[in-house]
Amino acid sequence: MSTHSEPTGQSGGAPPAPLWEVFVRARRGLAHTHVGSLHAADAELALRNARDLYTRRQEGVSIWVLPTAAITASSPDEKDAFFDPAADKVYRHPTFYEVPEGAAHL
Amino acid sequence: MYGNDFPADDTSGGLLGEVEAAETALREAAERGRRGAAGVNPAAYFAEVIAADQKVEPRDWMPEAYRATLIRQIAQHAHSEIIGMQPEGNWITRAPSLRRKAILLAKVQDEAGHGLYLYAAAETLGVSRDELVDLLLAGRQKYSSIFNYPTLSWADMGTIGWLVDGAAIVNQVPLCRCSYGPYARAMIRICKEESFHQRQGYEILHTLAHGTPAQREMAQDSVNRWWYPSLAMFGPPDTDSTHSAQSMDWKIKRFSNDELRQRFVDMCVGQAEVLGLALPDPALCWNEERGAYDFTQPDYGELMQVIKGAGPCNRQRMEHRRRAHREGAWVRAAAAAYAAKQANQKEQANQKEKAA
Amino acid sequence: MTAHAEQTTPLAVQATPPTRQAAPGTVTNRVGFVLGLADDALVAAQRLAQWCTHGPEMEEDIALSNIALDQLGAARLLLTYAGEMEGAGRDEDALAYQRDDREFRNCLLVELPNGDFAVTMAKLLFLAAYQVPLYTALAGCGDERLAAIGAKARKESAYHLDHASLWVRRLGDGTDESHRRMQAAVDEVWPYTHELLAPDPTAPVDPATLRVDFDSAVSGVLAEATLTVPETSWTPDGGRNGVHTEHLSYLLAELQVLHRAHPGASW
Repeated sequence: MSTHSEPTGQSGGAPPAPLWEVFVRARRGLAHTHVGSLHAADAELALRNARDLYTRRQEGVSIWVLPTAAITASSPDEKDAFFDPAADKVYRHPTFYEVPEGAAHL
Repeated sequence: MYGNDFPADDTSGGLLGEVEAAETALREAAERGRRGAAGVNPAAYFAEVIAADQKVEPRDWMPEAYRATLIRQIAQHAHSEIIGMQPEGNWITRAPSLRRKAILLAKVQDEAGHGLYLYAAAETLGVSRDELVDLLLAGRQKYSSIFNYPTLSWADMGTIGWLVDGAAIVNQVPLCRCSYGPYARAMIRICKEESFHQRQGYEILHTLAHGTPAQREMAQDSVNRWWYPSLAMFGPPDTDSTHSAQSMDWKIKRFSNDELRQRFVDMCVGQAEVLGLALPDPALCWNEERGAYDFTQPDYGELMQVIKGAGPCNRQRMEHRRRAHREGAWVRAAAAAYAAKQANQKEQANQKEKAA
Repeated sequence: MTAHAEQTTPLAVQATPPTRQAAPGTVTNRVGFVLGLADDALVAAQRLAQWCTHGPEMEEDIALSNIALDQLGAARLLLTYAGEMEGAGRDEDALAYQRDDREFRNCLLVELPNGDFAVTMAKLLFLAAYQVPLYTALAGCGDERLAAIGAKARKESAYHLDHASLWVRRLGDGTDESHRRMQAAVDEVWPYTHELLAPDPTAPVDPATLRVDFDSAVSGVLAEATLTVPETSWTPDGGRNGVHTEHLSYLLAELQVLHRAHPGASW
């Protein structure tokens, strides 16, 4: 698709607005969750657009936007190296431990 | 309690239930996990993910044809939402009550939102929205042919909700299970939001069909005009459909055009009866043997003509979109210039601070 | 221009428009005031809805629709209340669809054509800068219904003000072309702000008391946007008394055409 560079003469020469990733906190007590992306010329506009686009039905109490270009992502090829070392550290998970009968509030 | 409580084949909750089921399946597939990475044989890994009904994600390896098919399909879907705002947008300022005006405006606004969700999903495949919009404006990518028909009366707002959105939902619900994660997630969100679209349309028609003789006539005339174009929304018959088989293997598409069309007809018959409106097909009748309705196929020659650009409103819709894009250029340029100035000032302030 | 033979409804408001001679606090006076607010919101909603599918960006189509929906929502509450106070059995639709332009009480600003995006943003900036302090004052007024409507609408108007300010700054301080268009828009629309703040001591909230808030909201934004207010002594008005620009009748023709073609029908 990247071969379609010929201009249609419609866009008036403005550079395309950058892409932003949108994160919404649905309710107090929950973490912000990625909900999608949008285009905006700057952060202020991005935040407004995110409000109108992703919270039309009261889906959120708080919004973050950040430039997609600012995200550094792990690559799928690195998946083993990145995430498998955690796989054998079962002791990080509470279910690893046996709770003696009668012990509460653990 | 209108459009969405029709009986479905495989779940008890109707189409919305199917959407919920697709969302559950998506979570379960994620829970099942998948140890290991693509490794040396990404094609085999891709095939495994598809076979296990799991989701392909943006930075995964995927066959170029899979990527291209998805981009084409998602873009076409996004374009359809954006162009599809026009036929209904045509009646917002004339809506016959303030309540209807608010509902219609909210619905058309939702369509803009759905277009943007879909463009965002397409962008995860490495294509930019501007490229896609340019392809639409240059006439090199299509949108659903249904939007090339005119909305000639208020009843068309009802019929579009009932038949056009109804057909779209039948088409879209299976896409909630599409193998490409961002598309599946966008479709789940869209289908949930669209549940009100079909109901409000059905309610409009129900009110008209039980209103004055003139309103009733308006409703019947509208159904007469939209029935066959709605059937054509499912695309050419399976024997002529070029993309179907491969898309089904990749689990981008889950049912064939004819299967979905049949499902739609079977749902509409009962709904039309409740409305007290006739579907304009004298051949429509229950086939005991098949357990489905026999019906007259839409005119696929007409469909091809409309797809090629010779529908009643193709030129109007495209020119409308081009004009909005053209006339907005100076606004977009201003936003970009302002952003650049602000970034510049911030940069200079930072440097001053460093120097001091 | 005055051939409005149709619909000679028992219109207390038209018979005695809210002139300054009316006794403070009379029902007639209050109905007129509420109708003024309602018609501002309704006509503004209709104009903003005309942008739908024409916006400069798809995101802006959504934003303008949101604002139109807010205005429409406020209009419906206010019309319903006005109809109840009037006591002639008219509901929101009877008031929206069956009055002629001479019976509308909206300010001239909202009925002006949309123009380009700069004109629309100038109109929205001035309208919101007026509606925010107005609804805020109403939220604290003695009339419970109006107070409730004011409390709801002021939050929405604050967002409209934010949205308009954001764009006026960008257009004013963007490119040469956008600056030229934005300044032209301010020049064109500014004279119509006079009517918004015309004194009416008999009203539940005297618009003249909103002047300080209006000025501070507007002057800050215009200064940041590198825009100036035109020097002019031209102060068109008349909307509150039902004497409008030529534009309103066309706007209502479109709004009312279907409803009026089917008298007595339900939708």
